Amino acid sequence: MTNNWHMLTVVGKDKPGIVASISEALFAAGCNFGEASMSRLGGNFTIMLMVQYEGGTERLEKIIAPIAQTLNLRCHINAIEGQLHAHREPDVRISVYGQDRTGIVAHVTGTLARAGLDIYDLESDVGGSGENPVYIMHIEGHAMRGVDALKEALETEKTPGIETHLEEIDTIIG
Amino acid sequence: MAILEVLTIPDPRLKQESQPVERFDSSLRDFIHDLEQTMRSSPGGVGIAAPQVARFERIIIVDVSRKPKIQSHGRLVLINPEILEWQGMEKGREGCMSVPDYTGNVIRAKTIKINAYDESGQMRSYDCEGYEARAIQHEVDHLDGVLFLDRLVSRRTDLFQRKVYSEKSVAKSD
Ligand SMILES: [Zn+2]
Repeated sequence: MTNNWHMLTVVGKDKPGIVASISEALFAAGCNFGEASMSRLGGNFTIMLMVQYEGGTERLEKIIAPIAQTLNLRCHINAIEGQLHAHREPDVRISVYGQDRTGIVAHVTGTLARAGLDIYDLESDVGGSGENPVYIMHIEGHAMRGVDALKEALETEKTPGIETHLEEIDTIIG
Repeated sequence: MAILEVLTIPDPRLKQESQPVERFDSSLRDFIHDLEQTMRSSPGGVGIAAPQVARFERIIIVDVSRKPKIQSHGRLVLINPEILEWQGMEKGREGCMSVPDYTGNVIRAKTIKINAYDESGQMRSYDCEGYEARAIQHEVDHLDGVLFLDRLVSRRTDLFQRKVYSEKSVAKSD
């Protein structure tokens, strides 16, 4: 529990103003914010937010409780070993889309993991229509055994109806 | 010969516009030497702009030749550079000596045509593409007080159509 970092997870039905309500309350209580990731998933509001607070987990829960009640949100707080300024740079990006939803996640991530992909970031979404859903996924990560190993694996494990695109991330520092 | 101090955010001088170089003399060449040393002292540094070291003149250096498999002009000193033509669009990842511990995605032109003076005051013209073109656009932005942070696009922003197209054209040229 170094540096008093906590991971605050909030889930609930999405409505305007949730982020503002939560962050204003935390800020007023003297919290610092670290990295955060907010998404709207299937009409639900979700956020994971690094919060630095010296007063301990229990008091942090009390700060959040009234807002959670008003906005009908479920909150969870974990004390964590927080660390900022520790970004890892991805060196490969993979986009996948297709019709078979379970197949895409299970098959593609499995194939990539066996070929040495360490996933840093994954986002997936469902587009298309009710009868014809299209599953879309973006992955960024580090190719531990090189990008060619991933390319080969995707090529060998090719599934009909699923398109995969892999590109190297070559970061410019300038 | 010296490694110069690099300004980092939130230094307001990074938002300042730089002025054209008027005298091509030995003090300019000395400065360019130091600027190049500074660029090469940064891990992974492939470009630098004079305002990053608090000299607000339109001078940039780009050298992407240490990256394997990339077409380039080698070491480029571009003074009073002017981008005359932009073509295509590509999303790529950028970091900056002036923005420590953060990288993000930026859309840049794929190919550019550029006019610039060299260190002896000779006007030259270059056609650049891909990684080199991206580095030049990043540095020219510095001359106008623009950081890659001003141009970030989200991870989800994708140029799928274009990627499919460009992969095919790469395959053809192989
Ligand atoms: Zn820069």
